[in-house]
Amino acid sequence: MSHKLENKSMNEFKEKKIRLEWHEPKSSYDVIIVGGGGHGLSTAYYLATRQGITNVAVLERKYIGGGNSGRNTTIIRANYGIPEAVRFYQHSLELYRNLEAETDRSIMHKEKGLLWLAHTEAALRQQKARAELNKLFGANTEFIGPKEIQEICPQIDLTGGGVWPVLGASYNVDAATARHDRVNWALAEGALQRGVHIHQRTAVTNLIMSGDKVTGVETNQGPISAKLVVSAVGGHVTTLAAMAGLRLPIRTHPLQAFVTNHYAQNFEPIVASASLLFYVSQTARGEMLMGAEIDRQPSYSYRSGHHFLQNCAFRALILLPFLRNLRILRQWTGVCDMSPDYSPIMGETGIEGFYITTGWGTWGFKAIPAGGEQMAQLIATGQTPELIAPFSLDRFANDRTKADRGSAGTH
Amino acid sequence: MSINIPCPHCGLRPVEEFVYGEIPAVPDSIRDEDARDLDRAFMLNNPEGVQEEAWFHSYGCRRWLRIRRDTRTDEIVG
Repeated sequence: MSHKLENKSMNEFKEKKIRLEWHEPKSSYDVIIVGGGGHGLSTAYYLATRQGITNVAVLERKYIGGGNSGRNTTIIRANYGIPEAVRFYQHSLELYRNLEAETDRSIMHKEKGLLWLAHTEAALRQQKARAELNKLFGANTEFIGPKEIQEICPQIDLTGGGVWPVLGASYNVDAATARHDRVNWALAEGALQRGVHIHQRTAVTNLIMSGDKVTGVETNQGPISAKLVVSAVGGHVTTLAAMAGLRLPIRTHPLQAFVTNHYAQNFEPIVASASLLFYVSQTARGEMLMGAEIDRQPSYSYRSGHHFLQNCAFRALILLPFLRNLRILRQWTGVCDMSPDYSPIMGETGIEGFYITTGWGTWGFKAIPAGGEQMAQLIATGQTPELIAPFSLDRFANDRTKADRGSAGTH
Repeated sequence: MSINIPCPHCGLRPVEEFVYGEIPAVPDSIRDEDARDLDRAFMLNNPEGVQEEAWFHSYGCRRWLRIRRDTRTDEIVG
């Protein structure tokens, strides 16, 4: 046999390359989407694929997927705390499941299941109620006891270090993870191929108003006019909305995460504990990926700190003692748009020609496909789809806030 | 990033000991009473830059204090 390997079997795993081909900017579009993160790209993708609207530009201040879409912990789950959210996130989870087949690109989507652990009687009742609510509205969540937890994840110390005993868990069977960059790129490629323009390094400096109507944007590359401007901005949305005279119930908080070095064994599920406030999963490279709650102070700073590492690691070690043999490789921070009821804000703004998708707090990644699909439907039809109607901005004026305790990072 | 907040009674203490308090600031441009109530209840300035904020030292002296902080850098400027 020759030294040169016959690479047939290996080539089966050779991926189709993602090709991103950029366009020259035009002076006018039907739709301008501000923000080239997951939600902006997804909106563009679904506009092009589902609604046949391709005279669209996505404007990104830096590079696509460089904000929160590239900084999250990539968890896709549907076990939320209110009916409207369960329906919405379950739909998103199902769209994710088909995204690889649909785009013909690997997004490294892997179904893992998510254990939401209960350590107290009260939490136990909460997780039971959550499982029932989830089932009722279409999500696949079971309530399970310690024995089943141990079978799914043998690494968990059920005694919780003698302080946080694991009494049970709600198990979101369909929960998954995907590679965030690949999700962004697959959606960007799909949109670009169909004629959508994506302009990187194009920062929106102002909104162009004609009376009370938004008619375009000023950018560092010059003005661009549009029939409709959609804000899919993460982090700096308050500043953008203020350009149209719109005030938002958004407060921006940093959220930190970190990964360890490679853990040699398989760690199957995603594990979360609301009492201990952390969540952990294993990346495709074998690293243990961990996150916790948002930083206390409102801030736009991307600085990470040792205090978070210490806190989060301490809590994670209580349940997963094997982590003490690992080392922290890197740490990073994103800035999250927290809404007062821990639910997103999508749809009309009351300003003609200006739609918004924001308030994605710590729950944006899992909502990328459904958020984009529904926003695209709104843009195409002018009618707010039923699935996202509960999340409109006017819910605050109408006393219809959607307080959701199933959101992560809340305290 | 964990920051430290200068408490006039307890000295420089970690932010985890404090609870953040928003200082509502309804813009004068909003005239309608209902709109002012809505703004006061929910809407936030959330500025990128220096803002005045209130913190309650819940795990310390249990008193309110005010600082001016740059939200881009977390630097406390006064």
